[in-house]
Amino acid sequence: MMSLALIWLGIIAFIVIMYVILDGFTLGIGLLFPWIKGSQNRDTMIATVLPVWDGNETWLVFAGAALYAGFPEAFAVLMSALYLPLMLLVVGLLLRGISFEFIHKATSSVHIWEKCFFAGSLMAVIAQGIVVGKYVQGFIINPLTNQITANSAINWFDLFCVLAMIVGYSLLGSARLIKKTHGALQEKFFTISARLQWFLLLAVLFVGIYSPIGTAPNTWFVLHNSPFMIMFIMVTLMLMAIHAFAIKQRIENLPFLTLIGIFIMAYIGFIASNLPFIVPHQLTYMQTKADDGALMLMLYGVAVLMPLLLFYTAYAYHIFGGKTDEKTHY
Amino acid sequence: MMLSTLFLSRIQFAFTMSMHIIFPAFSIGLISFLVFMEGAWLKTKNPVYYQIIRFWTKVFALTFGMGVVSGIAMEFQLGTNWAGFSKQIGSVLGPLFIYEVMSAFFVEAGFIGILIFGWNKVGEKLHFAATLMVAIGTLISAYWILSANSWMQHPIAYAMENGKYVAINWQEIMFNPYNLPRYLHMVLAAWLSTAFVIISISSYYLLREQNIEFAKKCLRFSVIAIILLVPLQVFLGDAAGVNVYKYQPIKTAAMEGLWNTERGAPTIIFAIPSNTQQKNLFEFGRIPYGSAILNTHDYNGELTGLKSVVPENQPEVWPVFFGFRIMVGLGVIMLIYAIFATIMLAKNKLYSSPKMLYFSQFLAPIGFIALLAGWITAEIGRQPWAVYGLIRTRDAASNVSMHDVLVGFILIFIIYVIIFGGCYFYFLDKTIKKGPADLDSIQPFSFLSGGASSDKGVEK
Repeated sequence: MMSLALIWLGIIAFIVIMYVILDGFTLGIGLLFPWIKGSQNRDTMIATVLPVWDGNETWLVFAGAALYAGFPEAFAVLMSALYLPLMLLVVGLLLRGISFEFIHKATSSVHIWEKCFFAGSLMAVIAQGIVVGKYVQGFIINPLTNQITANSAINWFDLFCVLAMIVGYSLLGSARLIKKTHGALQEKFFTISARLQWFLLLAVLFVGIYSPIGTAPNTWFVLHNSPFMIMFIMVTLMLMAIHAFAIKQRIENLPFLTLIGIFIMAYIGFIASNLPFIVPHQLTYMQTKADDGALMLMLYGVAVLMPLLLFYTAYAYHIFGGKTDEKTHY
Repeated sequence: MMLSTLFLSRIQFAFTMSMHIIFPAFSIGLISFLVFMEGAWLKTKNPVYYQIIRFWTKVFALTFGMGVVSGIAMEFQLGTNWAGFSKQIGSVLGPLFIYEVMSAFFVEAGFIGILIFGWNKVGEKLHFAATLMVAIGTLISAYWILSANSWMQHPIAYAMENGKYVAINWQEIMFNPYNLPRYLHMVLAAWLSTAFVIISISSYYLLREQNIEFAKKCLRFSVIAIILLVPLQVFLGDAAGVNVYKYQPIKTAAMEGLWNTERGAPTIIFAIPSNTQQKNLFEFGRIPYGSAILNTHDYNGELTGLKSVVPENQPEVWPVFFGFRIMVGLGVIMLIYAIFATIMLAKNKLYSSPKMLYFSQFLAPIGFIALLAGWITAEIGRQPWAVYGLIRTRDAASNVSMHDVLVGFILIFIIYVIIFGGCYFYFLDKTIKKGPADLDSIQPFSFLSGGASSDKGVEK
């Protein structure tokens, strides 16, 4: 039954993009932290994410569990092939999560936890950039151990991915803060977004031009020539134009929405260029799927519980909607 | 022992798991306590209950946050360090993990914001509902994880397909007969551990004559909980123990330090078991028929000895042997404490006996140490198997370089020791020293205070 595995691939893809958007803005706010001065402003930034961050991070746990359950072999291969960047990700997320907890409890040590908040977020984003870089470049079989592994040296393509992630997440964070703040602070984030968006444009153009001629998989080349791919790039560029317009006109709700659109577009491109592989160059998703009984059992659960999850995630955001007050405490 | 990928991975998993389990266990206990306290507050409107909820919610928030972040490391390690394990039994354990995340994690994650930050944003009934949902979430979450672990101890209802294990009957796996007593034993352990922390802190306050009304209510509730739960835990521990013998006789043999199959085996109080020499090097104290009665409920029952399997299939005996003794020993102390507490309660001297209060304040870690000792017994007792009788731990490990594992472990070790070891206890200590907020300074729900607090943001 091919369709069941494909449905699960779609579910996992959905969970991952939920994580990327929700934790993306959280990480982005961490990245922007050192550039915002004044304890009141910083409190606002923290307060924006405090009630929702653990829910956001839970999507990553969910993604991990879904990959484990749906495609156990892919989980096993990918996780061990990407050992060090994933450990870095875990440590970064640990550091960031703990900073959230301690930052408003500390008195004299606040500045240390603020640094940890930034450092943890940066580590997590760098790790995710390397993971994406390695994933896009595909995996090889180590001739000595016969194991599927990633090229262990960090190359310039990984660095590019890291920088693109930093820019993308920072923009997402900035857009979220535009939505959640007002006055001088909001103006500051409008300025930041206005500058950062050009780097994002560079990154998008680079991927568009480089992928057909570079080391990227052949499918990118095929897609690049297809009307689908051209439309795809057009839509992305259009979204970027809307983003630029919204920033210029100081429309506060629009930048976040357009960025979500851009992330989704990039993500669809990312998936489409790898299919049918789940471990690029090595294993297809059909080769690694769990047995249909397990997939079916889980599908029942997802069908019932996913709408519920989305409902109370939305509800939690609704309760903490509107502009953020300076201090959120418990 | 040689430094190898396998050894490092085992140490890393044991270390991260032991650090992690403290937080969920404490969270389960605290949130259950909060449900009762918030319920009492809704019913009586006694402001002391409100003070109690606000204080312990602070501790809960900190603890829960630690659980979330340390939990991510656990999940990732299944792939990074235990790829062989994931590859072979992912189809069986995967759905249990997925259901754990969906049915429980998100209930927690969705309602936890309301629980912690929602005091002035939602009404009191809805807030109570959120507290209740989080509590139910933690309990369901624990059930799924325990059922996954129980399958690893006693794999059932599976078949082999293309070199991988698949489930053939989900109902049997979800309601593994081994699981229920183990689950209840664990939940009770979490509740007891938490109750002893609350007793300890309340006694600390009472001795120093601080926050007296607050401390009395907390102490009374926890002491009554202990009086009711400790005997129940003894009963459940026995049920779990009988099951261990039924499904994993070699684990029982390791727990008892029993090398030869015997009828009417005694309980050995202390010994130094040696795997290399296949005997106990030193023994001290015997309770005749003890082991036989404990494990088979028959004084002349037969217990299988360790030597009934080849050394290669035996666990490392000494950690299992001592882990079990530490758990039971602490259990006995808890039982004695519960008896004394009953007497004090009957004499109405619970708050006024300085000796009792002095002793009580040192009891905070007792439940957690017993809980860890119990898990060490259970997990090392399962060795050398990752899945009992099916997959060896050494075949479960990832084929990654020792260098990578070492680097990852050092990073994780530093972060865990500094952050979980140092900072968590530092902030916990600070919160406790500061004590609960004065009744005047914490405003109950906004509608009670005329909405004055609604534009001040969420209160601490």
